[in-house]
Amino acid sequence: MSSTQTPQTHVMTTADASAVAAPPAAGSADTSANTSSASNTNSISNTGGLSNTSRLSNPNNSVKPEGQVRRYDLASHWQLMWWKFRKHKMAMTGLIILALMLVSSLLAEFLSPYDPLKRNSRYAEGAPMGIHFFDEAGDFHLRPFVYARSLKRDPVTLKRSAVVDTSKRWPIHFFVKGQKYTMLGLIESDIHLFGVVNEKGKASKKAFIHLLGTDELGRDMFSRILHSSRVSLSVGFIGVSVAFVLGMLLGGAAGYLGGWVDEAIMRMVEFIRAVPTLPLWLALAAALPREWSALQVYIAITFLLAIIGWTHLARRVRGRLLSLREEDFVMAARLAGCSHSRIIARHMLPSFMSYLIVDLTISFPYIIMAETSLSFLGLGLREPIISWGVLLNSAQNIQTLAQMPWLLLPGAVVVIAVLAFNFVGDGLRDAADPYTR
Amino acid sequence: MIQMIIKRMVSALAMLTVLSMIAFVLIQLPPGDYADAYAGKKSQGGAVMTAEQIEEIRDKLGLNEPLYIQYINWASDFVQGDFGYSWEYHRPVIDVVAERMPVTLTLVFMTLVFTYFIAVPMGIYCALRQYSIGDHAISLLGYIGLAIPNFMFALILLYLSSVFWGTSAGGLFSPVMQDAPWSWEKFKDMMAHIWVPVVVLGTAGTAFQIRTMRATLLDELNKMYVTAARATGMDERKVIMKYPVRMALNPVVSTLGWELTNIISGAPIVGVVMSLPDMGPLFLNSLLNQDMYLAGALVMVYCILVILGTLISDLLLMLLDPRIRMGAMKA
Repeated sequence: MSSTQTPQTHVMTTADASAVAAPPAAGSADTSANTSSASNTNSISNTGGLSNTSRLSNPNNSVKPEGQVRRYDLASHWQLMWWKFRKHKMAMTGLIILALMLVSSLLAEFLSPYDPLKRNSRYAEGAPMGIHFFDEAGDFHLRPFVYARSLKRDPVTLKRSAVVDTSKRWPIHFFVKGQKYTMLGLIESDIHLFGVVNEKGKASKKAFIHLLGTDELGRDMFSRILHSSRVSLSVGFIGVSVAFVLGMLLGGAAGYLGGWVDEAIMRMVEFIRAVPTLPLWLALAAALPREWSALQVYIAITFLLAIIGWTHLARRVRGRLLSLREEDFVMAARLAGCSHSRIIARHMLPSFMSYLIVDLTISFPYIIMAETSLSFLGLGLREPIISWGVLLNSAQNIQTLAQMPWLLLPGAVVVIAVLAFNFVGDGLRDAADPYTR
Repeated sequence: MIQMIIKRMVSALAMLTVLSMIAFVLIQLPPGDYADAYAGKKSQGGAVMTAEQIEEIRDKLGLNEPLYIQYINWASDFVQGDFGYSWEYHRPVIDVVAERMPVTLTLVFMTLVFTYFIAVPMGIYCALRQYSIGDHAISLLGYIGLAIPNFMFALILLYLSSVFWGTSAGGLFSPVMQDAPWSWEKFKDMMAHIWVPVVVLGTAGTAFQIRTMRATLLDELNKMYVTAARATGMDERKVIMKYPVRMALNPVVSTLGWELTNIISGAPIVGVVMSLPDMGPLFLNSLLNQDMYLAGALVMVYCILVILGTLISDLLLMLLDPRIRMGAMKA
């Protein structure tokens, strides 16, 4: 938000504050936390005397009129975090990229023109096809098109290969009927976001569009990347979730029970952190039974990867539990007769939840990269389940790579995803403690 | 101090024991055992073995003993340098490993040197010229360096080198030197090639250390003692190098063991992609072919490297940092 606006929007009278649950200046996204009654009453009672909320003060509105409440005083912890996060431009960019990736991976069947396993024998090892608006003669076409490809036999090697035929155009249409699919197991349809038709305006077998080229079997890279994003991201999500549960349980047990349990769990954490992870995973992944189905392998690999993520989290949970045990509010809760589980879940956990989320965000890219590396080496996920790593697996040797550099494109997606996660992690780390600066 | 060292060594030994159990389980995991594999090899060659003969081999090798006895046998053999027999190479595992080990060690050591030699000056530069173009450029490179998987980076370098120079950046030796015995010339040849995998392997760590160095140095620069030092009229260079940099080096150096773990962890995959004559391709092949004695031995070797390296770096830190030394005395 711009600094010129802030004084007006932030400064409100007491009357305003009690009447307005959602300040008018609040963006639509952050109104939910405003209704939090606890923070409202708190801040209002503070305005009578000199408040102790001064540590929340923002340089933008350090001049605090007597008897007035600023928007910052009313905001909940999560809202403050969001405001701070929003200022981090890189983090916001990362968040948007991740959101786009997530949505596109969920809608993969609709967005992709072909089934990821469908082979196009007329265009195997095909290069990416560029989208054009101007044709050879320089004429402009409002409807974008790709040039037709026709098969030609090399006179010397007799090998058939596709060549660009600039005399024919395959115009790109939107919402075309194509292969039938069931999206997310729910929606059955045969409409694809885009596709090409032949000169007569009909969907035909002869016309095809491969925006990012095809692999050695003629499968569409664009569709494959979209579908693989779903698998790769889901490995990340499931891995992180498992790591989260493990970290909470084990870290909680260590911090709460103490004694030999603590000792044993912390030794285990140290052990896992001191071990060269990749060789060990490779070995474990290779030891999975060969006759397992692709789905079983997928589940097993995901859980294997989750084993790294939890150590960091367990340490954090344990450390926070240990230090919070001595806090006054925990004592107060105990005096009020709360059970141990309630004290942990309702009083201690929320106070360091934001740090846990930061840790989770940071462990995301590790899991994704680990999965990609395993699958790349052929020891991770297997066809027909495709992930970024599985796609990169075919780009392993330099001869294929020199011929078909577009096979490296899934790698670019990996880099973008990891970058986005790192940016979001940075932003969250800053925002996790919204009271400083 | 000595007590601390002993304690550290005991814990390293304990870790090795646990790891050896994991490695042993790994060797046992694939279906079938040594005798089956042996029979399989024989039958491929045309000779058929009867069930009795297979059983005989089992008896002879102690494969009918309970698992913990087998483990003890394997572990005691391992300690004595007998790592088992590799089916793929038709040689004892130890010979195969010993052949590849020096390259891996050189690679890891050089990567470590590279990481710190680049990261420390870069970090100092970034902190002193905060928000300058150079700082932004290095930060950006650092972000990318952290986000790009090792194998991906290796692939890109391989691709670029084949497109622009028409040569492959893979391997460690020029074709002439490939099979030549070790000599000064061969060593020089290796040094001319090894920088590519070193850069690939070291980039992520370097990026991380630059960030650490930059952040801690920025924290230190804002402290009062720096102002005090400046107020005495000390030469600016000396002010920075003598106090804040020394303080900021601490977290960077103390992650030495962790950095080493990362490098060794990443080494196999880079070795595979760049087809280096190190333990990486050996490891992957042994896993893919379920040559489990070799695989188990290699897992052990990687772990031993990490544990030894961490131990050495801890001891070095103890020597360097008086506070750790004092803390050790108290403990």
